[in-house]
Amino acid sequence: MVNLGISIGNLKFRNPVLTASGTFGYGSEFDDFVDISRLGGIVLKGSTIEPREGNPYPRMAETPSGMLNSVGLQNKGIDYFENNIYPKVAEYDTNVIVNINGSYIEDYVALAKRIDKLARIPAVELNISCPNVKMGGMAFGTNPDTASEVIRAVRDAYSKVLIVKLSPNVTDITEFAKIAEDEKADSVSLINTLLGMAIDVRTMKPSLSTITGGLSGPAIKPIALRMVWQVANAVKIPVIGIGGIMTADDAIEFLLAGAAAIQVGTASFIDPQISVKIVDGIERYLTDRGLSDIKDLTGKLLI
Amino acid sequence: MAKRIEDFTVKENRSLNKEIFVLELTSNSDLPELKPGQFVQAKVDGSPETFLRRPLSIHDVDYEKNTIKLLVQIAGKGTETLSKLRTGAVLNMIYPLGNSFSLPGENEKILLVGGGCGVAPLLFLGKYLNSNGYNPEVLLGFRNSDRIIEYEEYLRLATVHLTTEDGSKGDKGFVTDNPILKNTHFDRIFCCGPQAMMKAIARYSLKNNIVCEVSLENLMACGIGACLCCVVDTVKGHLCTCIDGPVFNIKELKW
Repeated sequence: MVNLGISIGNLKFRNPVLTASGTFGYGSEFDDFVDISRLGGIVLKGSTIEPREGNPYPRMAETPSGMLNSVGLQNKGIDYFENNIYPKVAEYDTNVIVNINGSYIEDYVALAKRIDKLARIPAVELNISCPNVKMGGMAFGTNPDTASEVIRAVRDAYSKVLIVKLSPNVTDITEFAKIAEDEKADSVSLINTLLGMAIDVRTMKPSLSTITGGLSGPAIKPIALRMVWQVANAVKIPVIGIGGIMTADDAIEFLLAGAAAIQVGTASFIDPQISVKIVDGIERYLTDRGLSDIKDLTGKLLI
Repeated sequence: MAKRIEDFTVKENRSLNKEIFVLELTSNSDLPELKPGQFVQAKVDGSPETFLRRPLSIHDVDYEKNTIKLLVQIAGKGTETLSKLRTGAVLNMIYPLGNSFSLPGENEKILLVGGGCGVAPLLFLGKYLNSNGYNPEVLLGFRNSDRIIEYEEYLRLATVHLTTEDGSKGDKGFVTDNPILKNTHFDRIFCCGPQAMMKAIARYSLKNNIVCEVSLENLMACGIGACLCCVVDTVKGHLCTCIDGPVFNIKELKW
């Protein structure tokens, strides 16, 4: 029997495979394809206090081995979430994590306090790295002072497991990981999307209504892997690796680089069953190598 | 209706002209009940340049033969790769996706309006309406006579009014210029084609108090309502083309 279980703070996960925010809806979109209880956890679509319409269409562009998006945190706000979405996700037998966003620190704090009261949500992912909103988002996560301030404020307001999602659009991502650790976050997740752009040469216009957007998919995996490795060597809190994971081998690369867990993102758009396949693939890898515990992989890169 | 992910086998890839082809596909599993207007998400080949699935509307369904047909226009590398699929090739699809055209009330006079490769979902719709006791008429528009596709298929189904922009066959002009729209009052129009054409038909329908549904084709990633990329601006805010559509009543759309 192989042990795939991991912990982040005091929260236990049955395996290290989670789904990334914005790529797995609220879970129910995938009910026909996967048994969600087989996953370590799901991170829900980004939430805000107020309802948001998001950015105008077009919001996506396919690019080599990836895609750009500029959805802009479309969601129906926390009241709708509490009344209509929470009762459903509360039924899932897995860790359901809410990704929280805001334009101001007060918004993040107010949202964290509301989520703290929801018994079946054991953790939040503090999104200070969304590249597709005019205010907040990445602006918080690319400036050390504001990053520190917002993490501290949310930490004070929120009693459960706090994960900080980091932006790769910085010179040194380890600086921000250390800030999260210093401000007593339980974990960091990385990377959010890389700021990118595409142009339609037929119309001579940008492919996205917002001109720039976030790049995801296997195109960003080597960058994500490098950043996860750097961060895992810089902090003691568990690191959650995200970025272009399409296969179990991709996930294992992140674990070897030092990630305690991983999130599957864009891959779910192409194969809605991929997250569970990755769980199976990691287990097979351990079994084939005669390893008994996922801890035998995390950070075991041979140099 | 439960969504599936399934491998289909190409029975035939029939070229209609330089740009448009029809894939006839079969599966080892029995097809579920499909509705006109629904679409599939086809996995092209997973190569770097055709990374995401391609949404394609269901053109025709034959439950006895257990086949579905997709009418596809080459619009880029993904559809170009699909155009080269040969008999026996495997195509992985997620389906059935999206809503469907609504069933009209009794004795309604119905017109199906299709332009270019937008005729795709209307064949399945026409057959579905016929088998439910309706007798829709069909209005098709193409750029010129060389671009006409599936005309005979529609003739077998209904009275067909044909329009070409250059007048090389049928009436000259756009579908909105066709005399049938002046001479006959329809209660309901189902429309699919280029957006400019659908907007013109929507304006005509509003002016003449005709119920009108259009099938939209937006860029999308997942097809199952998770990514929120394919949104359309409606009176209810941003809705997903993939799960709230692709068929919308024009009164919902902020056109």
